[in-house]
Amino acid sequence: MAQAPALPTGFELPLEPRLPRIGSIDQVAIEERAGTLAKRSIKRESKVFALELAVRMTDLTTLEGADTPGKVAALASKAVRPDPSDPGIPSVAAVCVYPNLVPTAVERVRGSDVKVASVATAFPSGQSPLEAKLDEVRWVVEHGADEVDMVIDRGAFLAGRYAKVYDEIVRVKEACGDAHLKVILETGELGTYDNVRRASLLAMAAGGDFIKTSTGKLPSAATLPVALVMLEAIRDVYEETGRRVGFKPAGGIRNAKQAVQHLVLVHETVGVDWLTPDLYRFGASSLLNDILMQLRKEKTGRYQSPDYFTID
Amino acid sequence: MTELERKQDRAPIPSGWEYATAPESREIVQLRERYGHFVGGEWLEPKESYATIDPASEEPLAEIGQATDEEVGLAVSAAREAFENGWSALPGSERAKYLFRIARVLQERSREFAVLESLNGGKPIRESRDVDLPLAAAHFFYYAGWADKLEYAFPNRKPQPLGVAGQIIPWNFPLLMLAWKIAPALAAGNTVVLKPAETTPLSALLFCDVLRQAELPPGVVNIVTGDGRAGAALVKAEVDKVAFTGSTDVGKAIQRELAGTGKKLTLELGGKAANVIFDDAALDQAVEGIINGIYFNQGHVCCAGSRLLVQESIYEPVISKLKRRLQTLRVGDPLDKNTDVGAINSRAQLEKIEELVRSGEEEGAEIYQPPCRLPEKGYWFVPTVFTNVAQSYRIAQEEIFGPVLSVLTFRTPDEAVEKANNTPYGLSAGVWTEKGSRILSMAQKLRAGVIWANTYNRFDPSSPFGGYKESGFGREGGRHGLEPYLKFE
Repeated sequence: MAQAPALPTGFELPLEPRLPRIGSIDQVAIEERAGTLAKRSIKRESKVFALELAVRMTDLTTLEGADTPGKVAALASKAVRPDPSDPGIPSVAAVCVYPNLVPTAVERVRGSDVKVASVATAFPSGQSPLEAKLDEVRWVVEHGADEVDMVIDRGAFLAGRYAKVYDEIVRVKEACGDAHLKVILETGELGTYDNVRRASLLAMAAGGDFIKTSTGKLPSAATLPVALVMLEAIRDVYEETGRRVGFKPAGGIRNAKQAVQHLVLVHETVGVDWLTPDLYRFGASSLLNDILMQLRKEKTGRYQSPDYFTID
Repeated sequence: MTELERKQDRAPIPSGWEYATAPESREIVQLRERYGHFVGGEWLEPKESYATIDPASEEPLAEIGQATDEEVGLAVSAAREAFENGWSALPGSERAKYLFRIARVLQERSREFAVLESLNGGKPIRESRDVDLPLAAAHFFYYAGWADKLEYAFPNRKPQPLGVAGQIIPWNFPLLMLAWKIAPALAAGNTVVLKPAETTPLSALLFCDVLRQAELPPGVVNIVTGDGRAGAALVKAEVDKVAFTGSTDVGKAIQRELAGTGKKLTLELGGKAANVIFDDAALDQAVEGIINGIYFNQGHVCCAGSRLLVQESIYEPVISKLKRRLQTLRVGDPLDKNTDVGAINSRAQLEKIEELVRSGEEEGAEIYQPPCRLPEKGYWFVPTVFTNVAQSYRIAQEEIFGPVLSVLTFRTPDEAVEKANNTPYGLSAGVWTEKGSRILSMAQKLRAGVIWANTYNRFDPSSPFGGYKESGFGREGGRHGLEPYLKFE
């Protein structure tokens, strides 16, 4: 009797009913839960705590075709000292720029704790050959980027070629060397919460240090339900493996209130351990000034004109 | 970069994040020192009275009348008179006008009512604000719409009002249960004598203000207060219909009392609902549904998902997620906007919960309670999960009516159905699965009046609510909710 041929490697049955299973997300329920958490009333000292933390967690970002060394220099100064009139305000976590501007950013934040993050891998579409992406990653790391924000290949993901997406992240992670890797899922293009969860698990399994919602180039970006789905996936991976993966919502977070809502989600999903810039970042540009305005309001009791906050 | 700036960069990041208190102001509620009975549009000075309290602080809030048989009789006479002298002859569109007015006034005064509901009942303001009040107003709006369409609701059956309805409501959703009772009764053309629960009379008494604002004719709605003696008097009085929501024991006593009298009766009684989690369910959302099912309103919910049936293959992840989630429940001041679980409604209820929880431990179930700081005064109970529960334990059989969950497991859908139905009750059930066909087959087999799929404790005025077996009979809500208040030729 002929024997059945051996199964190809990589074909493994999940024999344990263990997490993280891919699982699924109920759309109605996840949106309802996010809505409930958004109603938490964060006042006074707990609000100040959250807002100062949000400043420390900000990846101050400019990702425009029109970016120049001058623009990035101004942004870097703001990142180091967000509010010149209030020395109590901490620096932000990082500046996030296009590859060409990494050298300028590195130069401008030298001597501070502010990190330089660069988008790479043919941001924002990711529709380039892998070798070109890897070259780009190596280039930004060589020029001093501490963190790399890559995009996944959504075309491959939506075509069901998960292995391609996975392999690409693995290769980019190798190319990063010591630099931290944030994996952008671009959730607005994934279409369902099920896909967001699947992509989150895939990015973590492939070695991403952070998972990040969006490029900021789409109208639908870091919504609360999407953030909740991703945080739950992070929690499942932590509970199963003990590995802490960071989270970065980016795009659409423009005011302090939204930032506080996101922090409530973190606090009540993955817990206080994640309330640190090492594991949580906001990708934002206009958010910072609104936070500064709210912080000054908490300190002085009144709102000041936007003209008192620098536009960079 | 200056030395100073560098120092600040390295300032230690504070750890832990305590939410500051965020209490809703109670100033918006103006309470009188004492309340009488609302009879024929006037306040009737009570002969006897007792104090109603805030269960979160045990502080007295007001003196409340304890209705005597005679006072109940006066209220019923006032209702009879209002029924015969105008209300029953009013065109439906006119009755609708009053109901719409009541609904709008409730919306306008919703913050006031929400605060009072939390103050007198112990429920979190988040729930009274987001659930009780919007639903109560929605019920009046919904039945206002039916008032002039009864003949279309029951074509060719010539619907007629019954007369005076005696209504007795529980303490878990005082204003919402009032709305469930009064709105369909008035829409159908009846007049009403309503008795709120002994521990939570205040929102019904404040509601009398709303009736005056809406210029409802005197006597159409009468409110008498007091304990079970007042309720018993109302059942025995000259009413044409009794509607009761409360415990199964009292419901049985009422049914015995009314046997052979010709008075119509609807009962909405206890429950011991099964919340069934299949292994393909969206786990985190199912866990959220478990939490909402049993800890909503401190578990003081007749349709609470108090028996969790988990498919054995996902037992461990579900329990570990559930325990983790329990640690983030915020127990405390009902008026704090961040509170998830408030105060137990009364000392008597607290003692009943404690007694049943003790029995669970003695019978051998494993108890889990998250670390929790409870206020010193008031009635509190930590959200509790029992695992290793056998079907024969009291905590799997009896209604606890508190924040206590009993977890059982099953292997196959048939076993889930068998266990879920193995109870004298049959009010509600929950099914959690990604598979649509399984939802439909479970809904057919579960013997319960309300079955939720991938959600729990969701209510809507257009959806009928009521029980099987010892959970009662008759339906409230929807077109079905009109029928118990009508007679047909």
